[in-house]
Amino acid sequence: MPLDPSFIGKRYPPSESYLVSREKIVEFADAVGDPNPAYRNVDAARALGHPDVVAPPTFLVVLTMRASAQVVFDPELGLDYSMVVHGEQSFTYERPVHAGDELVVVGSVDNIRSVAGNDLLSLRGEVSTTAGELVCTARSTIVSRGTAAQEG
Amino acid sequence: MSSTVNFDAVEVGTPVPSQSFPLKRVDLIRYCGASGDFNVIHWNERIATSVGLPDVIAHGMLTMAEAVRVVTDWAGDPGAVIEYGVRFTRPVVVPDDDTGALLEVSGVVTELLDGRRVRVELTAKSGEQKVLGQARAVVQLG
Repeated sequence: MPLDPSFIGKRYPPSESYLVSREKIVEFADAVGDPNPAYRNVDAARALGHPDVVAPPTFLVVLTMRASAQVVFDPELGLDYSMVVHGEQSFTYERPVHAGDELVVVGSVDNIRSVAGNDLLSLRGEVSTTAGELVCTARSTIVSRGTAAQEG
Repeated sequence: MSSTVNFDAVEVGTPVPSQSFPLKRVDLIRYCGASGDFNVIHWNERIATSVGLPDVIAHGMLTMAEAVRVVTDWAGDPGAVIEYGVRFTRPVVVPDDDTGALLEVSGVVTELLDGRRVRVELTAKSGEQKVLGQARAVVQLG
């Protein structure tokens, strides 16, 4: 069944706050096999001008995935998760993320369109500090395979 | 908070050193845990093949994370990456053997931007196939 275009522009409530820890940054860096000392050693990060260890460029997926899940599993939208693949992803940073940042993410639906029988869902996750400073905008496209209306 | 690479020393066509990243099944399991993405197609061959995949595939987000390392290693400061986006064009298939898959990543400066920033375009291949499209990063140079 095609996705309901009235969801375009829908904004979801903010996530619970997420405290970025040194340990989680190291765990994530280990998982992507990256030995960069700026992820692991406070002195190395400070030598680069950071207040604490810095998060890898894709670290925020840990957070933004929660915002995407709000949309993907929204029963009113009616997406079949088994048909879903990740089409595109981007992160635009206002500043780097560091250990000690306390962040919230607000998810919204930017667009829904059909291409070649697939529904393409463009999502945005705005990541801000709990004090309201925008840190990063994450955009993703979720592809729902074969669910769009077919002509003929 | 900017790169150790001097903007004045860079031009369109400046290459970013290539790197290769091996990916084995255990790496996918570790990424499941660290990211919280436990989609079964990243660890269960039976289910991956039942939904039409050739085998277990790596998380697109893991491929994306590995690929940007050529940029962060070149820049000298991971915080210098101010924009990074990719399109997932083809899955990285990770067989259950002792070698797994190999992700080969290269990059080149394609544009000089205002504010001593550059755009880097990445090419990521696995088994001679391009696995990412429009993989681009904007980097704040020194």
